[in-house]
Amino acid sequence: MPDFTKPHALTDVPFHYCPGCTHGIVHRLVAEVIDEMEIEGDTIGICPVGCSVMAYDYFNCDMIEAAHGRAPAVATGVKRANPDKFVFTYQGDGDLAAIGTAETIHAATRGENITVIFINNTTYGMTGGQMAPTTLPGQVTQTTPYGRNTNVEGFPVKVCEILSQISGVALAERVTVTDPANIRKAKAAIRKGFEFQKNKQGFSLIEVLSTCPTNWGKSPVESLEWLKENMIPYYPLGVYKEGAVR
Amino acid sequence: MERNLMKGNEALAEAAIRAGCKCFFGYPITPQTEISAYMAKRMPKVGGVFLQAESEIAAINMVYGCASSGIRCMTSSSSPGISLKSEGVSYIAGSDLPCVIINVMRGGPGLGGIQPSQSDYWQATRALGHGDFQVLVYAPSSVQEMADYVTKAFDMADKFRMPALILADGLLGQMMEPVTFADGEIKMSDASGKPWATCGHGNKRPHNIINSLYLQAEELEQHNIERFKRYELVKAECPEAESYLTDDADIVVAAYGSTARLARSAVDTARSRGIKAGLVRPITLWPFPDKQIKAACANAKRVLVTEMSMGQMVDDIKLAIECRLPVSFFGRTGGVIPKPSEILAQIVTLDEELKGE
Amino acid sequence: MNNENRENREIILAGFGGQGILFAGKMLAYFGLLGGREVSWLPSYGPEMRGGTANCSVCISDKPIGSPLVTEPNILIVMNNPSYDKFINAVAPDGLAIVDSSLVGARSDRKDINCVYVPATQMADENGLRGMANIILVGMLIKETGIASAEIIRKALEKIIPAAKKHLVESNMKAIELGMNS
Repeated sequence: MPDFTKPHALTDVPFHYCPGCTHGIVHRLVAEVIDEMEIEGDTIGICPVGCSVMAYDYFNCDMIEAAHGRAPAVATGVKRANPDKFVFTYQGDGDLAAIGTAETIHAATRGENITVIFINNTTYGMTGGQMAPTTLPGQVTQTTPYGRNTNVEGFPVKVCEILSQISGVALAERVTVTDPANIRKAKAAIRKGFEFQKNKQGFSLIEVLSTCPTNWGKSPVESLEWLKENMIPYYPLGVYKEGAVR
Repeated sequence: MERNLMKGNEALAEAAIRAGCKCFFGYPITPQTEISAYMAKRMPKVGGVFLQAESEIAAINMVYGCASSGIRCMTSSSSPGISLKSEGVSYIAGSDLPCVIINVMRGGPGLGGIQPSQSDYWQATRALGHGDFQVLVYAPSSVQEMADYVTKAFDMADKFRMPALILADGLLGQMMEPVTFADGEIKMSDASGKPWATCGHGNKRPHNIINSLYLQAEELEQHNIERFKRYELVKAECPEAESYLTDDADIVVAAYGSTARLARSAVDTARSRGIKAGLVRPITLWPFPDKQIKAACANAKRVLVTEMSMGQMVDDIKLAIECRLPVSFFGRTGGVIPKPSEILAQIVTLDEELKGE
Repeated sequence: MNNENRENREIILAGFGGQGILFAGKMLAYFGLLGGREVSWLPSYGPEMRGGTANCSVCISDKPIGSPLVTEPNILIVMNNPSYDKFINAVAPDGLAIVDSSLVGARSDRKDINCVYVPATQMADENGLRGMANIILVGMLIKETGIASAEIIRKALEKIIPAAKKHLVESNMKAIELGMNS
């Protein structure tokens, strides 16, 4: 029998996320992994600036709210002081791949034993749907009202592809949560990330292709379809790097 | 106790380790890099952590994370790097976390220069980041004080849950002087005594949250009010200043940090020429030692502020003495170190003015 | 000389990077430290230390030291032409200038200071002490001023030469003696 009770690693505070947003699913997956590994008491989570800024109210483990883009540096500070604890960050695309690019890349190059949950929904959700580093060519956002013109705004950042080149990375895997089969794969990837961390084997990042119905101006179902048709071809799912670096 | 000959930067680093600073996050910049180099050598041998960050911004955020977990930690930089850290300092202050930050000042603004300066006084005492907050600021004046005040900075930061800044300069960082350290074993700090720390709840308490975000205006206001109530306690306990020959002084020179050493030489020479000069040296720049300054100037007729800046401390001195005396200023800036003879010349001019009255 | 002379010393050492200017300054600072006195040592720092000129200020006194930056030295040790040009006229009246005459061609016409010319680099080369001209000049300084006793000299060397390079203590002693006897 599947268990539909709320994981212990989530608090009773109701999520503030918009209807159809996939943050809720990903939060739950992380919490289930924490429960299954029985590590809630030894886990410290770092939230970003972005829609998941208030994730500290939702997770039952100790939580820290970081400045925009700085979560991997904050996580490094926690982890270096407490190498036996579990540390994860939960970051959006603007946070991780624009303002926090340096922190992301260098935490990865150091092979920090942390797990990064990376939500790629091709937009800055919290501020109202501006162009993100991951916004697709031609995609309309508040700051690309005529569609992202690669001659002007450049090209999307492919995080897993970049990380696959970095020696300190134990896991770079792209998943999505559009349907039950993919949700299972996503959870397995998150679990894998925490296992690498448990064994002190290097930096792990799980990129989750996600939806933002509100800012995309689509219904939840349309959003899932748009993700499958547009995002997955540009950001292919799969394992980009896997293997202990230590 | 053995007298060691050490650079100010190295003495400070050693004292920090002895104060239980377990983690140091640094980034190279002249003239403070010796702190990182010393930490890199020493930390692995005493069970501590040295990490060279990818940027000043990352370094201060590593401090934020480490301090969140209740561990004594530190970062150091010089002026342009401190500007980069200001975002993190604001978050640390807003989250009521203790940590120690070192600024070995060099000339500015911009990339400025690398020679000693005191032109970050306003930044340190007024605006080390956005928002309603202060940091404790200590201004050592010798290599021994570099060591002594970093220890105190850790203690006070913990006591009042706020960042403490050591405001030094290139002269103090680079020079060697004798320094002694109290004997005793090195014991790295842990989270004990910090029930608020996010170090894993171990299934023994509700989860802790380190945060500076309050979307309800009234809630944020309340946090700021409570923080400023705490600052009143800091103001009552922490102000420090040193007075030298001020009891009968007609002319009191006000200077801090390495400039105070130069001023002291000038005061000594003035005294040897029969001029009643004295020196008052603020040791804490925030909270500013108003009472001590006022007392030191009680019998004075003139006050001379001298700094390695364009005069950033002048207003604080005027406020401390309630604008009751004429205050003049002499400073060198951009990395130029004033000569004691130049300060003496200012004292002599003031003395002649007084004689002419 | 067994007892060190306790006058106030404000010393500038100057030359090229690589000549051991800062090391010689450190040695002088240790003479003061081990003599129980107040001392300070301040290097020039920054890009100029990479292959360019290097100098340092050393103060030794019985009173707390005000400015660690020396601008009017009562002792100058100088090991290249640019530094000679820069500092020779800054020496305080009645001061002492010790010049490596192997490297500095000029001779000062100042009558109010004591200029001592030592072909230190040449002496170092001839005595198998290449790279220790700086220490020979320190030896000359000891001879001229009595700044350190024999006991303190040895102690200072043992303190500043790392244990791994212990064999250098004797060659440094030799260089100092060479300077003292020249």
